[in-house]
Amino acid sequence: MNPTASMKATTTKFELKMGKATREAYGEALAELGRKNPNVIALDADLAKSTFSATFGKEFPGRFYTVGIAEANMVGIASGLALSGKIPFASSFAVFLVDKGYDQLRMCVAYPHVNAKFVGSHGGISIGEDGPSQQSVEDLALTCALPGFVVIHPADEHSARALVHRMAEHVGPCYMRTGRAKAAVIYSPSDTFEIGKAKVHGDGADCAIIACGFEVGYALQAQAQLEEEGVSVRVLDMHTLKPLDDAAVAKAARECGAIVTAEEHLLDGGLGARVAQAAAKSHPVPMEMVGVRDTYAESATPEQLMEKYGLTAPYIVQAVRDVLKRK
Amino acid sequence: MTMMKRVESVDELKALALEMREDIVKMICAAGSGHPGGSLSEVELLTALYFRVLRHDPKNPQWRDRDRFILSKGHGAPALYAALAHAGYIPREMLMTLRKLGSPLQGHPDKRMLPILEASTGSLGQGISIGIGTALAAKLDQLDYHTFVMIGDGESQEGQIWEAAMFAPFHKLNNLTVIVDNNRQQLDDFTDVILSLKPFAEKWKSFGWNVEEINGHDFGQVIPALESARANKSERPTCIIANTVKGEGVSFMANNVKWHGVAPKPEERDAALKELEALKV
Ligand SMILES: Cc1ncc(C[n+]2csc(CCOP(=O)(O)OP(=O)(O)O)c2C)c(N)n1
Repeated sequence: MNPTASMKATTTKFELKMGKATREAYGEALAELGRKNPNVIALDADLAKSTFSATFGKEFPGRFYTVGIAEANMVGIASGLALSGKIPFASSFAVFLVDKGYDQLRMCVAYPHVNAKFVGSHGGISIGEDGPSQQSVEDLALTCALPGFVVIHPADEHSARALVHRMAEHVGPCYMRTGRAKAAVIYSPSDTFEIGKAKVHGDGADCAIIACGFEVGYALQAQAQLEEEGVSVRVLDMHTLKPLDDAAVAKAARECGAIVTAEEHLLDGGLGARVAQAAAKSHPVPMEMVGVRDTYAESATPEQLMEKYGLTAPYIVQAVRDVLKRK
Repeated sequence: MTMMKRVESVDELKALALEMREDIVKMICAAGSGHPGGSLSEVELLTALYFRVLRHDPKNPQWRDRDRFILSKGHGAPALYAALAHAGYIPREMLMTLRKLGSPLQGHPDKRMLPILEASTGSLGQGISIGIGTALAAKLDQLDYHTFVMIGDGESQEGQIWEAAMFAPFHKLNNLTVIVDNNRQQLDDFTDVILSLKPFAEKWKSFGWNVEEINGHDFGQVIPALESARANKSERPTCIIANTVKGEGVSFMANNVKWHGVAPKPEERDAALKELEALKV
């Protein structure tokens, strides 16, 4: 619950400049929205200091409800607020918001297609020492399985901030996963982001690495390392998992002929599975997937866990080498 | 079967409680993260359970007839680990591995890594339901073990708590006891500020529970309440509302919401240990 842990990979020369955690950017963007639109309401389930919804709460106490440790109730309340013309943003740890609120997300939000927004912080295993009960490794698959939902997982503070604004503009249910640890700065405040449009870094044509969240930073490190080995890759920041940028996947598959995906999530139903589905339809190519393999993690430092569960840059580099053999 | 020897002297129990408090402060400091407040508030309750009330045998942790203890408020694990160490289930040195890579002492209780635990917890609201399951199994198998579940007051805001609260009396589970570590705080603030549970005892009573309200730091009240719940001959389950102080034993942590989920720095650890040392007789 303290924001000091950072996600630096240790084994490559390409250094990442660390910025704010995406959860912190969420709180700031939410407060910006609050200033622009009196219909924006925030809800939290006793984790307001951790999700940074407290940033909004401090400025707009009259539009901020901490509902107690009661996630299912919170999702239902958000639905009712949205049905009454408000734009509710409800937050908690990803694992409690999505897993405890899932039937309500389905029945009260996705099924009637209401305009409510949900933000799960502390996504993935990089939360570290609290262990698996607090580590969400399934939220992206679960929310992608809600028809009509937009599902977003930003890589850094600037994309997070911009995409919170896009979520508010979008009419319909949205879920965003944010992270606990400080995130590498990948963009500048003037970069623009659109829901469902991947950000492409480089034009390497040997392989495409498609990543989301912290994995984008690792993918850029892998790109630099591979460049030195004479392998030229491009990196796609697939910040929106749903609707997936099918056109960008098709183009990457066609132009590179090989894809590696990287996500801080179970391989079941996450980014890799979704990209594979898209590529299979448009332009099937050999693929390798970096992600959590059918297990819960454990308690340790964020760096140790990302290393042990195979999510850092060297694992992406190895996956590219492997996929190139199958080209 | 040999049972864990009961500690009869209250002075000895008090000394044990102090040592467990020292362990909690040290282990969370060494881990660099964790939940001191809600661990320190549990100490007398766990001491009374593990050294006086529970029927258990540290040499035979899978004993069929052992009483079950489930820590539903899993973030309070450091206090449970300290109790397990003092009772002889795990070596005391292991406490300093809390939250470190490969340690059986995970941030929240994890049965995969420490199989002697009765449940894996950490998502609040679920422990009473598990306890209902073990209590039902005792009835089905005609065994006389008792199940104790500890929950938090903030945790009691979860709907599942009240689904379980409805079920246990309906099925006459007099072999089940819920202990509320009622330290009046949750994560973001005091429970009465976030979402008050009042009237709390009346809620449990109206659901059909025997309810007793005690001072959760006074062995003179804790022991009789737990012992009479253990010997419950009525047809109702028992709920013990133990009024406690979050951060009890360390002046700067006591009743201060800041200490819900922050580890003491080495200077703060030393200041806390000095205060605890001064409490020794
Ligand atoms: C379902 C769920 N929601 C949120 C959390 C995060 N969380 C951990 S401890 C805590 C506060 C618990 O308050 P309480 O039950 O009163 O325990 P105590 O004050 O004794 O620490 C919260 C919200 C969680 N662990 N599980």
